[in-house]
Amino acid sequence: MQRLDHFPQIVPVGLTGLLVRFGDRLSESANRAALAFRAAVEAQGWVGVEETSSSLTSTYVRFDPLDFAHADLKARLQGLLAAGDWYAADPPKGRRFWRIPTVFGGQAAPQLAEAAALAGVSEAEAIAALSGARTRVLTLGFAPGQPYLGELPEAWNIPRQSTITPQVPAGALVVAVRQFVLFANASPTGWRHVGQTGFRLYRPEAEDPFPLRAGDEVQFYAVSETDYETMQSRDPSGNGGAVVEPIR
Amino acid sequence: MTALRILSIGPGVTVQDQGRPGYIAQGLSRGGAADVLALAEGAALLRQSAGLAALEMAGFGGCFSADAPLRIALTGAPMKATIDGVAVEWNASHTLPAGAVLQIGGAQAGVYGYLSVGGGIDVPKVLGARATHLAAGIGAVLQAGQVLPIGGDGGGPVGMALDVADRFNGGPARVLASLQTALFADADLTRFAQTEFRRDTRANRQGVRLVPQGGGFGLSAGQSILSEIITPGDIQIPGDGAPYILLPEAQTTGGYPRIGTVIPADLPRLAQTPAGAALRLSFVTLDEALDAQRKYLQSIAALPRLCAPRLRDPALMGDLLSYQLISGMITGVEDI
Repeated sequence: MQRLDHFPQIVPVGLTGLLVRFGDRLSESANRAALAFRAAVEAQGWVGVEETSSSLTSTYVRFDPLDFAHADLKARLQGLLAAGDWYAADPPKGRRFWRIPTVFGGQAAPQLAEAAALAGVSEAEAIAALSGARTRVLTLGFAPGQPYLGELPEAWNIPRQSTITPQVPAGALVVAVRQFVLFANASPTGWRHVGQTGFRLYRPEAEDPFPLRAGDEVQFYAVSETDYETMQSRDPSGNGGAVVEPIR
Repeated sequence: MTALRILSIGPGVTVQDQGRPGYIAQGLSRGGAADVLALAEGAALLRQSAGLAALEMAGFGGCFSADAPLRIALTGAPMKATIDGVAVEWNASHTLPAGAVLQIGGAQAGVYGYLSVGGGIDVPKVLGARATHLAAGIGAVLQAGQVLPIGGDGGGPVGMALDVADRFNGGPARVLASLQTALFADADLTRFAQTEFRRDTRANRQGVRLVPQGGGFGLSAGQSILSEIITPGDIQIPGDGAPYILLPEAQTTGGYPRIGTVIPADLPRLAQTPAGAALRLSFVTLDEALDAQRKYLQSIAALPRLCAPRLRDPALMGDLLSYQLISGMITGVEDI
């Protein structure tokens, strides 16, 4: 057994990938590094690199190992790592700020009270905290276009449930471990269902099928059930009443 | 345009091609055929691009007919197949006459059989590919009564066969160290490589569960893993200690520790291992894995050359007397 506790570190992912890890726990700076380093690798345009992605605190590089030796790619990645302080890097360009109307609690999102109790606040305080938070899309994963967002204040470092909720609907906003997940499809989950949106995360018919990008910022602002229903009926775009503006 | 009509169909038949690479960052895994080698074999038999779409039949085929003569190839998990009641060979290409009924039964070994057609299944592309991705909600399992468009067939041989090595009954698979291999105790890694696994009944296009003969595996208590990239072949160890190997339709990220990754060359065998069959997983070095990858790609590139005119088995020829048994003179040097 060996300890792997020096970051950043470069590790192989099977035959055709390398992973650059910026931390083994989520932090704002490690996520910032993963996003910025991915953008930098993309900008290099190295022949033989076939795809890149970032997850919470790591950047993945898929390549053809018969075209580009593991050791050569690793050396280039090390060179790029040494070229700057990735933990302090600027976020990628072209990011957007989304404000998504959300119903918190009630029948639409039945676990708000439970989550509030775990966070040690009243339901009203929970709604104020969750709907006021401006969160970043830390990564997209698990299902098409599905974001992990964070980080929420430390009070929201609440555990996952020990039993799985059999199904929450598409558009469900769930919370655990200082993060939100907004579900792309109806799905089982161990996170608590605190809000409901009408935002569609995967739109195969649209020119841009994945509206959210890693690095975008999102606020889930609270609306009444009546206002929510009205906004849904007036917005056929898939945005569920959300508005978006560029981040400059 | 030619069309393939589905008269009846098994519960797990989908349109598949080589999948849609390039969307991991958006949370969409590549997907595509569970056994990409079978797709390449079908394409080689029909002398067409391996990028065209075919029908992937999980466990059981169905009954199909076409409104015009169609070239077809049958590859992957061997299944009993007939055209208008006359048995036809697997790992071979045939003509399906207009109006004739192609019947494909259950898998005799393996899991995924493939029906390739001349011109390919021409359903509309979504994000650059025709592959059904059930987990992402792209496309759906095919139903009786559906009619599938077939692309234009530039023509080519029929009556060809391929000699295919058995990959349909489990066996050995080679594994590279991966994301959390170093976090496992050395003794557990040694035991892992010595363990015989049986494929569980729990399996689909997202992954297959293996049951170890003997104790399970895991990290020592208290080590939690932050969610990271998942790639096909990754062997994750969930809380129950039984390895779960991820296939093309897996999610893109996950937080279970990965003890290793099955190399691409052995993924067809893995996907085709039927429930109950035995598998062994042995670690190889990067150099050994690269060598295996080279040989695997060479063997795929060689497939068209290895297709040979089918030897007719008289036992399979229900209409023996209708064949012209002695044909014209041949010189013996023609390259057919």
